Amino acid sequence: MMLAQGFGRRYMKAFLKGFFVAVPVTVTFLDQVACVARVEGASMQPSLNPGGSHSSDVVLLNHWKVRNYEVQRGDIVSLVSPKNPEQKIIKRVIALEGDIIKTIGHKNRYVKVPRGHMWVEGDHHGHSFDSNAFGPVALGLLHAHATHILWPPERWQRLESVLPPERVPVQTEEK
Amino acid sequence: MLRGILGKTIRLLGYTLQYGCIAHCAFEYVGGVVMCSGPSMEPTIQNSDIVFAENLSRHFYAIQRGDIIIAKSPSDPKSNICKRVIGLEGDKIFTHSPSDYLKSHSYVPRGHVWLEGDNLQNSTDSRFYGPVPYGLIRGRICLKIWPLNDFGFLRDSPNSHRFSDE
Repeated sequence: MMLAQGFGRRYMKAFLKGFFVAVPVTVTFLDQVACVARVEGASMQPSLNPGGSHSSDVVLLNHWKVRNYEVQRGDIVSLVSPKNPEQKIIKRVIALEGDIIKTIGHKNRYVKVPRGHMWVEGDHHGHSFDSNAFGPVALGLLHAHATHILWPPERWQRLESVLPPERVPVQTEEK
Repeated sequence: MLRGILGKTIRLLGYTLQYGCIAHCAFEYVGGVVMCSGPSMEPTIQNSDIVFAENLSRHFYAIQRGDIIIAKSPSDPKSNICKRVIGLEGDKIFTHSPSDYLKSHSYVPRGHVWLEGDNLQNSTDSRFYGPVPYGLIRGRICLKIWPLNDFGFLRDSPNSHRFSDE
């Protein structure tokens, strides 16, 4: 009886020790290094979710790459939605601070992206709630850089940072 | 002997990683100590005051009008700003002082907040850069811990005429 009690207490101690190591390390890893997420919606077709509601792509989100808020034009990024902070949206970066962009369906024809902001658009124009609707977004809302599609296996690929030639900014700021 | 030193180093690195992760989780999900600099929140918070900021309210979307919050700056994501929440989404904000002849106002858009410093003459805030997305908020300041003669909860806004009643 005493032996079993001692064993139970030792097991509890080992469990708690493991718990306090595993949980913070895992949470920090998922917050700061990388995580995975399922993409919903059609705003990034045909790059993401070409099958529509039949099959959703699962992407690898790399937090480490955006820890200094450095993104390039053409990157696919996830960010906190400026209209609904509970939601994350995934779009392509079209323009960075200082660029002048020609908009599609925005209230102003030409927009200069302010300091500390970026212009994002979904690849499926017309079916995308993006900067053409809510304007330039603050870089502080950046969540991660989507680098690979992990699922379904036949769509396993690296996501390229390609800026569609028709969406190139009118004027870019030389850094 | 070399193997002993290597073993000790690896164990030290392991502990550093573990406690670093615990510290990160504590600051991200519970709260932490912050030093504020700048004159924009005087007299409530002076330059070089040390305060305690809790991060639970923003995760539960419980930030209210009158709270003092820390947020990432809209013009520079690497620096933080410390301001008071004057309006939540849907509130009417007077963009000019109500004593002006031409009263102009606007509504705070969905998903945004209107921030102003308590030191209205010396504060760059939403009157300059517009409404700030809620997603930029990092935490809510609840307690001042330094200087000790000013220890305790923070005072209400000295500019209560700026608050609208929807």
